[in-house]
Amino acid sequence: MSIRRVAVTGIGVVSPFGDTFGEFWTGVAGGVSAIRPTTLVKEGTVRFPNAAEAAGFNALRHFDEKEASFLDRFAQFAAVAAREAVANSGLKIEEQLRERCAVVTGSSAGGQITKDENFHSLYALNGRVSPLTIPLVMDNAGASRISQEFGIRGPVYTVSTACSSSNHSIGQAFWMVRNGIVDAAIAGGSEAPFAPGFLKAWEAMRVVSPDTCRPFSLGRRGLILGEGAAMLVLEPLESARARGAQVWGEVAGFGMSSDAHHLTQPLAEGAALAMRNALGDAGIAAEAVGYINAHGTGTQANDATETQAIRAVFGTHSDRLLISSTKSMHGHALGAAGALEAAATLAALRGGLIPPTANFLEPDPHCDLDVVPNHSRLAEIEYALSNSFAFGGLNAVLVFRRA
Amino acid sequence: MSEDLIARVAAVIAKTQKIPPDSVTIDKTFAELKIDSLDGINILFALESEFDVDIPDEAAREIKTVREMVEGIEKLLAVKNR
Repeated sequence: MSIRRVAVTGIGVVSPFGDTFGEFWTGVAGGVSAIRPTTLVKEGTVRFPNAAEAAGFNALRHFDEKEASFLDRFAQFAAVAAREAVANSGLKIEEQLRERCAVVTGSSAGGQITKDENFHSLYALNGRVSPLTIPLVMDNAGASRISQEFGIRGPVYTVSTACSSSNHSIGQAFWMVRNGIVDAAIAGGSEAPFAPGFLKAWEAMRVVSPDTCRPFSLGRRGLILGEGAAMLVLEPLESARARGAQVWGEVAGFGMSSDAHHLTQPLAEGAALAMRNALGDAGIAAEAVGYINAHGTGTQANDATETQAIRAVFGTHSDRLLISSTKSMHGHALGAAGALEAAATLAALRGGLIPPTANFLEPDPHCDLDVVPNHSRLAEIEYALSNSFAFGGLNAVLVFRRA
Repeated sequence: MSEDLIARVAAVIAKTQKIPPDSVTIDKTFAELKIDSLDGINILFALESEFDVDIPDEAAREIKTVREMVEGIEKLLAVKNR
């Protein structure tokens, strides 16, 4: 079996910055926080007033009315991001490719809004639940829609590992392309968590910030929920070059691990093992890495634990790394987080511009790394990691390489 | 702190933690009762229901003992019943 290098030739994003990758990167590169007072649920539903909503998303700009009503918001996001990614790649998904193409999506919560509305109808209104509930709620609705739109008949599935979902999905698609199982893949994730019932559950977790998201900063008060989608088109580097495609960068490695420890408390050893596995899979030394797009949720527990894990893996090289959490700007999009962060990381490598950790107040001695506070920085970097660590202790780390 | 309030808080903790009620005494720390962060928020949720109060996130984060928990509930009840 031949091992192929894997290029990212297309990127599509739906985010709080707008329905395109360009708007996303302009915001993130500029250090702009998209965290705002919530509009999607009634004021006073939850204690936390702010979120990173894709408030400008209008499904009817992308789907006709009937199509839109057959897709939950998270699946709409997935399809819109996939369309942009495929257009951006210039890849023609023609008949001979359709059986040799994969779609792997990540989502933590699936069709929460549909579920919430229908269960509200059941318990509080007329006791009825729509027959569309099951096909709209299923976590793979986004992947199935993408498959249908492009006629993709190869491996199509969804990975749901909470906040690591997208990194697991991109990693699996990467391995399939690398190992010659498929000749192209659309991979990423989507999430639309702004349903009252789901937000109440997050409120009860007591990890959502009452103001904003300040990863690695003293005075951080928790995460801010976000939503959106990002999709990447993956192809063998050689065939991408042969057809003259633009290459955003390469996926160079993927590593996974489990903490085997606790439902919600992170463990530095687990995160460190995933980073080591990713470096090993990429076949590079830790010293080759210049940037880490951190999991960086802004909770007390994550940021200190992630710092320990980075120090354990990178040793003295830790002090030469640039590390930032773009969640400070696009929020924590849960099952879409890794995909949004992959888009940011690829653009950062290609543009030589490292996005900052926004909303930073002052250094926390427990997070003593260069977290690129508040202002983006110019840096020519060859390799970057993107970390995702999920509740349930499931860790997934991607390695990207500059084109 | 009334004996009744202590008993109600202890009963909620015992029920949520699935431990014998008499093991939850006023001087126990959460660590001694093996209450971790997830157990802690689960107990806060149960106490909010029991006493019909809202326990703010950041005040809750500082609570590490049964005594502090009872004192916190006492303050919230005083505000509520004012």
